[in-house]
Amino acid sequence: MALWGWLLLASAAAYAIKLAGYLVPARWLENEHMSRVAGTLTIGLLASLTAMNTFSAGAALALDARLGALLAAALALWLRAPFLLVVVAGALAAALLRLAGIG
Amino acid sequence: MSFSPSPAVKIGLSIAVATGLYGVSFGALGVASGLGVWQTVALSALMFTGGSQFAFIGVVAGGGAGSAAFGAATLLGVRNAVYGMQLNRMLKPRGWRRLLAAQVTIDESAATAAGQLDPGEQRRGFWSAGLGVFVLWNLFTLAGALLGDALGDPRRWGLDGAAVAAFLGLLWPRLRAREPVALAVVCALVTVLAMPRVPPGVPILLAALVAALWGWFSRGPADEGLEPDVDPADFDAAGGSPQERR
Repeated sequence: MALWGWLLLASAAAYAIKLAGYLVPARWLENEHMSRVAGTLTIGLLASLTAMNTFSAGAALALDARLGALLAAALALWLRAPFLLVVVAGALAAALLRLAGIG
Repeated sequence: MSFSPSPAVKIGLSIAVATGLYGVSFGALGVASGLGVWQTVALSALMFTGGSQFAFIGVVAGGGAGSAAFGAATLLGVRNAVYGMQLNRMLKPRGWRRLLAAQVTIDESAATAAGQLDPGEQRRGFWSAGLGVFVLWNLFTLAGALLGDALGDPRRWGLDGAAVAAFLGLLWPRLRAREPVALAVVCALVTVLAMPRVPPGVPILLAALVAALWGWFSRGPADEGLEPDVDPADFDAAGGSPQERR
């Protein structure tokens, strides 16, 4: 299937999940496992995506300017910078490291 | 102007501006990942749940298949079902309002409503944050996608570094205790160890499996990991918001 197909399918799934929350019986909310898994799944996936975007190079691993971006973003977050500034810090760090010939 | 928004509406609109603005980064990164301008815009309009959108383009940028992008985006959207259940109990929307409410059910609108005690304020907070973020997120996505398209080589501008920063920025507010930090470290390690061994996109699904098992078999706060990227409490008028309008 072409990328457009997966994109539309994923969008339909995202809406179906949201709507499902409004349609399931209220007592399902009492199931503590359900919201626990939704929460840990969110943390695990975001951590995994952070790692993948930092170290992936096709099917191999690489250490390059993106590690500098990760550290710059962590510093910005630690200083309580707003999201957009964090993203800019990451881009700036990666661009400057490359300009200096690293990664 | 004589229009004077209620406290919940003020918070909702402040959230909309703060969240909507970073649609610029999503738009630029979407194009940098290899998606077209219209594919990037379609994700914001149709999928409309930031974490899943970033996941979709993150997998595509990493060389993953469309099916892997679908899997990561869908799993990351599961928490929206929990918000839907909470909001359904809070607002009880009926008919077409329920269908519309579902589309704007995201971290920020759920958190804005949950932060209010009065039922009327919960409703106003939810709709002002949900619709406000929807409008601005889409406008800024388009702006970012056009900007990214004009920039050319994404690596030269450090846009791959921006993607790394964006994911860390989405993760960070959810790491408020030792246990979620441990979970994040384990899932990152699983990903890095799996990457050279399995096809692109699959390591994320393995990490998701580990996280789901962790959540099912461990005990902890039920709302862990369900924090919004932009916290409505930061915009509470009582807290002396810098965004206070006249």
